[in-house]
Amino acid sequence: MSHLLEMRGVNKSFGAVAALAGANFVLDAGSIHALVGENGAGKSTLVKIIGGLHERDGGEFLLEGDAVEFQSTAAAKDAGIAVIYQEPALFPDLSVAENLFVGRQPYTGRGTIDRAEMRRASRELTKQLGVYIDPDREARGLSIADQQIVEIAKSISLNAKVVIMDEPTAALSGSEVDRLMGIVRQLRDEGKGIVFISHRFDEVFSLCDTITVMRDGAHIATSPIGAVTEDEVIRQMVGRSIGNLFPKQEAKLGDVVLEVKDLTSAGVFYDVSFGVRSGEIVCLAGLVGAGRSEIARAIFGVDRYDSGSVTLNDMGVPKHNPSAAMKRGMGFVPEDRRKQGFAMTASVQTNITLPIRNSLAKLGILTSRMEVASAATWARRLQVKMRALDTEAGMLSGGNQQKIVLAKWLATEPKLLIVDEPTRGIDVGTKSEVHRLISELAGNGVAVLMISSELPEVLGMADRVLVVREGRITREFARKDATPEAVMYAATHATEEVAT
Amino acid sequence: MSAISSQHSTNATAPYLVHGKPLYRRVLPRPEVVLSLGLVLIVVLSTLFVPHYLRPNANYTFSTLLLNATPILFLLLPETLIIATGDIDLSVSSVLGLSSAVFGLIYQAGTPIWLAAALAVVVGGGVGVINGVLVTIVGLPSLAVTIGTLALFRGIAVGILGTTSVTNFPPPLTRFFSGSVPGTPIPWQILFWFLPVMAFAVLLHFTPFGRGIFAIGRSSEMAAFSGVNVTRTRLILFILSGLVSGLVGVFFTLQYSNAIGSNGNGVELQVVTAIVLGGVSIWGGRGTLFGAIVGGLFIASFSKSLQVLGVSDDAIYVITGVALIISVVTASISKHISSRRRGTASPLQAGGD
Amino acid sequence: MTLQKAPTPRTAATTTVPVRSVVERLFRARELSLLVIIIAFIAVTTAVQPSYLLSAGGWRDLLRGPAMLVVVSIGEAIVILTRNIDLSVGSILGLTTYLCGDLMHATSLPILVIVLIGLAFGAALGLVNGLLVAFLDVPSLVITLGTQYAYRGIAVLWIGGNFIRPEWVPGSFKHFGLSQILTIPWLFVVGLVVMLVSGWFLSSRRGGRDLYALGSNPDAAVLYGLRTRQLTLVPFMISGLLSGLGGIMYLSIFATGDSKVGIGYEFQAIAAAVVGGVAITGGSGRVWGVALGGFFLATLGTALPVLNVPSLWQQAIVGLLIVAAITLDRAFFIVRQRQARKAVSE
Repeated sequence: MSHLLEMRGVNKSFGAVAALAGANFVLDAGSIHALVGENGAGKSTLVKIIGGLHERDGGEFLLEGDAVEFQSTAAAKDAGIAVIYQEPALFPDLSVAENLFVGRQPYTGRGTIDRAEMRRASRELTKQLGVYIDPDREARGLSIADQQIVEIAKSISLNAKVVIMDEPTAALSGSEVDRLMGIVRQLRDEGKGIVFISHRFDEVFSLCDTITVMRDGAHIATSPIGAVTEDEVIRQMVGRSIGNLFPKQEAKLGDVVLEVKDLTSAGVFYDVSFGVRSGEIVCLAGLVGAGRSEIARAIFGVDRYDSGSVTLNDMGVPKHNPSAAMKRGMGFVPEDRRKQGFAMTASVQTNITLPIRNSLAKLGILTSRMEVASAATWARRLQVKMRALDTEAGMLSGGNQQKIVLAKWLATEPKLLIVDEPTRGIDVGTKSEVHRLISELAGNGVAVLMISSELPEVLGMADRVLVVREGRITREFARKDATPEAVMYAATHATEEVAT
Repeated sequence: MSAISSQHSTNATAPYLVHGKPLYRRVLPRPEVVLSLGLVLIVVLSTLFVPHYLRPNANYTFSTLLLNATPILFLLLPETLIIATGDIDLSVSSVLGLSSAVFGLIYQAGTPIWLAAALAVVVGGGVGVINGVLVTIVGLPSLAVTIGTLALFRGIAVGILGTTSVTNFPPPLTRFFSGSVPGTPIPWQILFWFLPVMAFAVLLHFTPFGRGIFAIGRSSEMAAFSGVNVTRTRLILFILSGLVSGLVGVFFTLQYSNAIGSNGNGVELQVVTAIVLGGVSIWGGRGTLFGAIVGGLFIASFSKSLQVLGVSDDAIYVITGVALIISVVTASISKHISSRRRGTASPLQAGGD
Repeated sequence: MTLQKAPTPRTAATTTVPVRSVVERLFRARELSLLVIIIAFIAVTTAVQPSYLLSAGGWRDLLRGPAMLVVVSIGEAIVILTRNIDLSVGSILGLTTYLCGDLMHATSLPILVIVLIGLAFGAALGLVNGLLVAFLDVPSLVITLGTQYAYRGIAVLWIGGNFIRPEWVPGSFKHFGLSQILTIPWLFVVGLVVMLVSGWFLSSRRGGRDLYALGSNPDAAVLYGLRTRQLTLVPFMISGLLSGLGGIMYLSIFATGDSKVGIGYEFQAIAAAVVGGVAITGGSGRVWGVALGGFFLATLGTALPVLNVPSLWQQAIVGLLIVAAITLDRAFFIVRQRQARKAVSE
């Protein structure tokens, strides 16, 4: 019996960097196969090769026993491979039905596009997935969950045999995750082979039947899901056992640094009030989409808000003015590293010194020499691995890139640091470093407001947990009272239902 | 007192180099260097083979070159900064024309000349405000906006002057603006340029404001998240562009003693070509003012030499157009090569890696 | 365990619903509004000067005049749909006019052959644009800015001070430009045919719909294996071809041409497209709207002198239309987004 998909000894390099070195991967039909690994382990590169986005440098690639070579994504699609990315890419101006059939619209006998057929097929497909989406509505404005449904419908209509899902639940809320998992099981029952890439072990362990761990571009282990524990998997991913993942320092709490009162933004969040003291780590917990990042962005000033106030050390912070917030002593490490955190094409030196450019300048003048000292100091403090300060930031690994973002904000010596998903998409080793760093910051008197969707991180780091649900703070937990069950319950139930 | 202790630095790697490559490998491949060499070559060859090229006598060839180049050299100052933020201002030639028309009309109505000039510059600034507001506050693409204002303000310039033109400017001023410093081929007009050049160069390369400009060019989202006031920066640059275009309109009018709505037609091509040729990325985020200036001088001297060799004036347009295309194509190819090295060939980055 | 698994499932997934307000519906019915405006405009002008519409010559010119602009604007619109722009249409038009006139004078080739040569010539010039933009990934703004001037420069170098003399143009060709079928000028029919064919292509063929996809989300187009190079290249060829057609139409109407033909025409073409509902950032717009936009602009040009507005102001009006159209489009978009946000919160 041949496997559905087989990769043997695959190599791929980008310039001098070897992303894959002798990688192996085997997928069977009717299986949900988890693919896990740290950042830089090679998962994404492997997927891109399977999907036809890159060509491999060496090794074998077999689909249903036959050797294949994809020159383009279209070729991979024709062969029955569908890849669903974390951020679905639909065409906003086209209708849902057109999105489903883009590039292969059916023709009527007269040589024109058969819209009635497209509509019918679109309704049929989304019904199969248990959802109703109007085929004629434009794709602009669909929620991410619905966009994913459209993508999945597309892959079904393409008779995909292999469906690869790259971090599909990252942007979904609880019920949407359940719905997706049900669909994935359905696809498996239809005989498709599914590759499920995720950092979320609870999902992996509940959904998948096999798990493959990759590290440093190579295959490490493949096991049936029942035969391994989470700890073993982590050990395989990292190559060592992780001891204390969340080293929390005891910090002395000082005065209130950040005071937020009745912050409201119509349609996003309402009556948000809380404070963060010097030395304290306050965590905003909640489901994805609850509004936590929006609250943080409003506090810092990137987004507007309608009413309420923000004060830092008793000084009012003007709204919608990040540079004023920075002057008062706020720093903000954003959620999307690549798009918001730093500039890929700029040097490390330029990136780190951007927020402090005004304070580095003398009499309005700023030269490269004046930037060097600060850039070097902070890069060293965060142990960024690179050779020279003028290295392009885009050349560094994900973990080092996050360190650049942290370095640039720590260089501003903030009194309050807001960090949004500080360890998303970085490897376990760097994760631990980042947590130690945040703890140390608090220990030195900085007030920290953290947003995280990983419950262990929340429970491990926070002095206080504020649960946000649908734009409101519904519950507050002190460190000693926060248990996974209590926090999750508060995240999913309205205030009135929450027992005190 | 810093927020993290330095005790971790003992684990760090060896001290960082400031530069990953030696000076010659950093500087030599840059387009500015190649272009400067080309420029020097042209000037040297012209001095040797074109009669009276540098001598300040009747032919004044070199000084005519500089005189023709002066509007471009002025206009490329703010335009370089605008392109560095990833925007573009195509309306500069129209603002020049509008300013010329306004200048002529107001002067003809009896206003003292300095006041008329000042008002013309202010009108230029006004157009800059309109461009800036449409781009920053309304949020329209600068390409579309400045194509529209290019047509609109050229149209207004032609409309207000009608078929007439104003030509009775004071002769001493005309002589000044078309003449050179005695004994040299350096036009008087260009002396006005040195201060702005220093100012813009310092602004772009040696101030926090300039760092903000490059940040916006790389990613305006990231720049906003880093505390750069994106709206204010872009607005200021469009206003500066309008003001400078207005000023050039006045100089141009006085030089030719002719205020007419069609003044400066087509100059935006030469400005953009000079900038792109000089190594400033059309996508924003990188480049030097020095490069743009060398680009402007290169085009001016190249076309001038061709002119002397008998190639007609109109060939300039073909050459400039081709030069623009070649420089952008070259820039695009080298961008592809370096992004392949970085391994970011795919447009969508999914999850890790 | 993370916070993703909720014990109680919520109801249907929240979807952001774009609210279709009355204003938006009106704006979306752009073509209808344009038609109303055009009719009103003609009515006013005719009231001032009845022969504008109500004479044999008036009726003919009203229908014939816009044909050239409509044809070129449709080509421009197709390029804009894919999130590009073509600034060289005027130069291509001018070059083609002279080429055809010259061929008519210097050779004895049949008119049809000359017309085909003209079309092929325009398509070839457009192909240059297309190749550079599609294969070298260079912004179309810069490329067509360059070719705009390069082609114009070639025209000036080649034509110099010469011009096509009316005697050079065969009578039958001139007659075609003036004659009508059932009182409809032939040139109008040409414009109509171009509109119908391109409209059909854009709405009923894969190649056409995929152009919208490309303009709507270029990154996704690459990801889904659309032939982006072809999809980028072809609009420039079409634009060049239609600009060539415009040049031929010019020759048949005016029976003359010099090095200045078509200067500035790109602005009118772009204005017609954006007024007609094509989004400047690509992805949406209909050919029928572009045709109306072209009709509107060309009619403006002939109506303004009747209404005592000096034709010198025409360029200003074209510019104003471009700025106004894209500003209003954007303003409505922002309003729509704000309303959608409010709808979700309620």
